[in-house]
Amino acid sequence: MRRRTPAGLVEAEPGPAHHIEFDGRPVPALPGQSIAAALWADGVLAWRTTRVGGRPRGAFCGIGACFDCLATVDGRPNQRTCLLPAEPGTTVTTQEGHGRADLAV
Amino acid sequence: MPTSPSDSPADSRPYDLVVVGAGPAGLAAAVTAADLGLRCALLDGGPSTGGQYYRHPAPGLGAARPDRLHHHWSAYTGLAERLAAHERAGRAAFRAGHQVWALERTGVGFAVHVTRGPESTDRATVRSRSVLLATGAYERQLPFPGWTLPGVVTAGGAQAMLKAGLVLPGKRIVVAGSGPLLLAAASSLVTAGAEVPAVVEATGYLGYARRPGVLAGVPGKLVEGAGHGGALLRHGVRLRPRSAVVEAHGTDRVTGVTVARLDADWRPVPGTGRRIDCDALAVGHGLLPQIDLATELGARTRTGPDGAVALEVDARLRTSVPGLWSAGETNGVGGADLALAEGELAAHAVAGESPATALLRRRSRLRAFAELMAAAHRPGPGWTGWLRPDTDVCRCEEVPVSAVREAVEELGAGDPRTVKLLTRAGMGWCQGRMCGPAVACLAGSGEPGPDRRPLGCPVPLSQLAAGPGPESGPEA
Repeated sequence: MRRRTPAGLVEAEPGPAHHIEFDGRPVPALPGQSIAAALWADGVLAWRTTRVGGRPRGAFCGIGACFDCLATVDGRPNQRTCLLPAEPGTTVTTQEGHGRADLAV
Repeated sequence: MPTSPSDSPADSRPYDLVVVGAGPAGLAAAVTAADLGLRCALLDGGPSTGGQYYRHPAPGLGAARPDRLHHHWSAYTGLAERLAAHERAGRAAFRAGHQVWALERTGVGFAVHVTRGPESTDRATVRSRSVLLATGAYERQLPFPGWTLPGVVTAGGAQAMLKAGLVLPGKRIVVAGSGPLLLAAASSLVTAGAEVPAVVEATGYLGYARRPGVLAGVPGKLVEGAGHGGALLRHGVRLRPRSAVVEAHGTDRVTGVTVARLDADWRPVPGTGRRIDCDALAVGHGLLPQIDLATELGARTRTGPDGAVALEVDARLRTSVPGLWSAGETNGVGGADLALAEGELAAHAVAGESPATALLRRRSRLRAFAELMAAAHRPGPGWTGWLRPDTDVCRCEEVPVSAVREAVEELGAGDPRTVKLLTRAGMGWCQGRMCGPAVACLAGSGEPGPDRRPLGCPVPLSQLAAGPGPESGPEA
């Protein structure tokens, strides 16, 4: 009997893990996982700070409806990490505010 | 009039039927429609069929037993196999990553405008004589102090992330809110290894006992409920009825919650608060039909016993818009079994065929149960008693309760739209999907109005400016 884990429950035999980069450090990801799922698996719950209060946010609805899980992915701000697959080498950066500091708006 | 299933795949004429949403209702509808000889396309924003209910791990995760995260998984695999057979024969087409942002009526039917891929990289327009809306539902949220902390997730979101990504938001997860999804979510979470110290349900479940005849008509629902109850019992999960999480604690992530007793109107009873330590909270207050594609065309709506606005359909599941059908949660939230039945029924109606009497009866029994369930979990007006002035109502625009109350009490806003214009509540990324019910309640406008969103999802301005997308016919 396996230890009770999500992967154990469904008897998952995933392909080899790879890594994404989150704020400059490697985070493991399994093939088929979303970016948000890989971050949760690593114990990371927040990857954005809000525009007004600068408060931390991460995945809330998990299905692409709430837009709380936005992050800068491969340099593009405002990407829904619960929908985007974690591909080998994907670079995720904690997004501050609207993520367009370069525009100075 | 159905066209021959032997039509050439290079045929560029409009489809007979486009089904929007590949969850239980849409999948059942597309498969049945193809069975009946309609040329049919099934569109979904996600990467595979199944929708939220049958959400399952991506192939790369190599899950041998995805059924362990699902009730009645074989219903899904059976439909998926039939769809695949229809696709091989050129009778139906499933289009993954197709997010529909608007339906437009045309001379012969509809232009279905689509943006493609999770990053909306390109666009398409699919033409069809008729459209079946099977866009399901999203979760109703009611704000409370601390609900924006990382680690506070929706009950459906916790399930979705578990089913698709095999991950949990924490090790010790409180499940709270109202509705049958809470039991299903808690049952999944404990089975997958999380500790669930409590399931906190705002109602007392007595609502179900008021209509024993309706319950007797849906024995499967009782078995399903008993299955979840059994899993919770085995893992020592405490069910706390007539209670709510009135605050989540923590600075950068949730570290605990306060649970208080509620009176019959969902007003917290003073002095009953009790802290429970946890590292995550999964919360939701039922589901809301996702109907904006239809309401933008002027489809008539009705307010269900749960206070949620759903599409008004006739016995053949036609909306008030000619050529537009609706099946499943969009007609009032009722679960997967009802959605499967309605999908099958709607496909018969579109094809002009009579469905089996047994299917009609099954749908009526399940719809009656859905109405009972909706009434049992209707939020009471007293929930606003757990708000504080600094509690954010709108998560996107960070609009606190005090700003909404100022707009209502001092500036005279009497409806959600005026509150939105004065405070920006509902103006952010989610377009009011998270704060809509709360804002409507605080605005004192009684029942919330139907969702109105000219764009069903974010679309890059470049795609809107470019006009209709390249035709995506049966050959695409």
